[in-house]
Amino acid sequence: MTISVDPPVRTAATRRVISARPTPQDVTFVVAARSAAISTLVVMGLIGLFLLIGAWPALHQQGLSFITEWQWLPEAGTFGIASLLWGTFLIGLFALVVAVPVGFGAALFISEYAPRSIKGSLITLVDLMAAVPSIIYAMWALFFLQAHLLTVAQWISVHFGPVLPFLRVNTPDSPSSYTSSAFIAGIAVGVVVLPTVTSIMREVFAQAPIGEREGAIALGATRWGMIRTVVIPFGRSGIVGGIMLGLGRALGETIVVYAVISPMFEFTTHPLQSGTNTIASHIASRYSESGGVALSGLLGAGLVLFLFTLVINTLAGIVVSRSRSGSATEI
Amino acid sequence: MAATAPRKVKVGGVSTELVLHVGSAAFGALALVWLMYQQLLPITGTIGFWLSWYAVFLVLLAAASATTLDRIAVVDRIVGALVTTAGAILVACLAGIVVFTAVRGWTALKHVNFYHDTTAYIGPDASLDQGGIWAAMVGTLEQVAISMIASVPLGIATAVYLSEVRGRLARVVRTVVEAMSAVPTIVAGLFIYSMLILKFGQERSGFAASLALCVSMIPVVVTTAEVVLRLVPGGLREASLALGTTQWQTVRRVVLPTARSGLVTAVLLGVARVIGETSPVLLVAGSTSELNYDAFHGPQVSLPLFVFNEMRLPLDQAIARAFGAAVVLLVLVVVLFGLARVIGGKPPGHLSRRQQRRLAVTAGLAPAPNAVNVGSLEGDMS
Repeated sequence: MTISVDPPVRTAATRRVISARPTPQDVTFVVAARSAAISTLVVMGLIGLFLLIGAWPALHQQGLSFITEWQWLPEAGTFGIASLLWGTFLIGLFALVVAVPVGFGAALFISEYAPRSIKGSLITLVDLMAAVPSIIYAMWALFFLQAHLLTVAQWISVHFGPVLPFLRVNTPDSPSSYTSSAFIAGIAVGVVVLPTVTSIMREVFAQAPIGEREGAIALGATRWGMIRTVVIPFGRSGIVGGIMLGLGRALGETIVVYAVISPMFEFTTHPLQSGTNTIASHIASRYSESGGVALSGLLGAGLVLFLFTLVINTLAGIVVSRSRSGSATEI
Repeated sequence: MAATAPRKVKVGGVSTELVLHVGSAAFGALALVWLMYQQLLPITGTIGFWLSWYAVFLVLLAAASATTLDRIAVVDRIVGALVTTAGAILVACLAGIVVFTAVRGWTALKHVNFYHDTTAYIGPDASLDQGGIWAAMVGTLEQVAISMIASVPLGIATAVYLSEVRGRLARVVRTVVEAMSAVPTIVAGLFIYSMLILKFGQERSGFAASLALCVSMIPVVVTTAEVVLRLVPGGLREASLALGTTQWQTVRRVVLPTARSGLVTAVLLGVARVIGETSPVLLVAGSTSELNYDAFHGPQVSLPLFVFNEMRLPLDQAIARAFGAAVVLLVLVVVLFGLARVIGGKPPGHLSRRQQRRLAVTAGLAPAPNAVNVGSLEGDMS
């Protein structure tokens, strides 16, 4: 193998130097576009910065007990977000219990089972459902869902409570001990995040390669056999990413939770019992009556929520983008 | 040997057998559960009834299918039933929410004063022929307009940076924009509250609310616009550059006009996303029920905030007003969404009849309705 190191002799006339000479217009354009892009970075930085500045007095005063304290009594000087974190976790868990199976099934239905004629409108429907304002979900949850879920909660508690202690409530006969619970709020939030979970999973399922699909069918697989061996393995990271993005939305959901729950600052292992709390709902309910260190505590809670969702969504973004790599080709 | 035509293999579709199996399982389950509920078990409630019906239905469907199919096919059919149910639940949730809101809102919506009056000088228990959502509609319009003015140019410029300039920062910016779209809206409100109101001592106003909305709107505009800009065929860009244009001229004259409909879609989706945001507005817009045209001074109510304030009152009239305003909000979102679909449904560079004709005239071609050149131009671009 020979590599010619010296290029053939060129005269000055043949040599072409390819270089871009940006015009002043171009320079302005690039600078403008770049500064717009940087400004989005700045906005995100400012969010973190101002929350931190605002939260500093509370964080400084409380130290580590800001995370571990269950009560919220800023006047007495003891306040922390442990109860809020626990409630947020419980509600997020219930939301996922609802949204993940239904979202998974609905995504499979839209991408694999639905007749071609209604597929497009189903996709639009999911997008539309994601665009419905959460205040409308909140009204639906408060005036419709809660009344119907009360009987369900009571039924679960009466029949399974004797066996599973965490399903018991204080006064099982009165329906009012089941209202405003983490269970009801969690299911309502699950409906809110259902379209998010569905659309992400559907996108990933639709990208399962057609060759492998046809191969499975040609080998005699049933439709479920094909899904189990081709669609789900190819979409695994999309499933995980969809769950995480759904969780991220569920943790930050404010109005639905605020409308349904009645706030409580205790550690509860009884999710069917009335009373729970989340970070977002706590901020919405206390901001107007808070000042000084109490307000600073709210900003601290907001900072924690911000960091939480940031981490979860970044991880989800990495997982989802990994599943998409290679399948998005430009022609 | 006479060749008989091979039996036609039916691919997909619904067979009579499937209909029979599903129908008999559904009916059988209904009868069985009715019997159990009425006669044997001491449990009541519609939800419990239908849940038990569904469980029995699945069992019976498996049993009925097992009469003609092997195990693998039975599993396939049960999974099919489960998956179809999940799809039906999704559709039912959306339909249920829309119908429920519309039905409850109708009592308020049928009064004309609901659209041009305000609830400023009436009690919350005033009858529905007084008071309305005019102040809230003004507030929503102004706040959304201001946040559009701020975030649309910024968002589209960022998308242009990501897809056209593609500097070293592009990766970071894309990640951060994705993270931004996940920022809980209450945190966006808290951010504006702590910056504008606590730090800079501004009063609560519609302007502060629109700034909080920007945090939600920018990522929607950026991500949608970037997808659209990427759909612009690379050949168009290269053709333009090969003609000796600068990068700015290519973006200005080729890329942006080609993606125009998609960019409109991006803006509409951004607006649809923020028009119903409640939690950021709640923190920074202040509380009032009076009409305030000035978004920069004094508290200003908006549609989601109006719904939120009214639904918390334990009065039938207030709740009816809340539902009425929620219907208006829902209609706005659906209209914006439908517009975005109609406009964005066209591929980039697609020209309507009228645009084709205008182009033909300006290009000096005969203004014949089916000019060949324009037709082929459109074919190349799509």
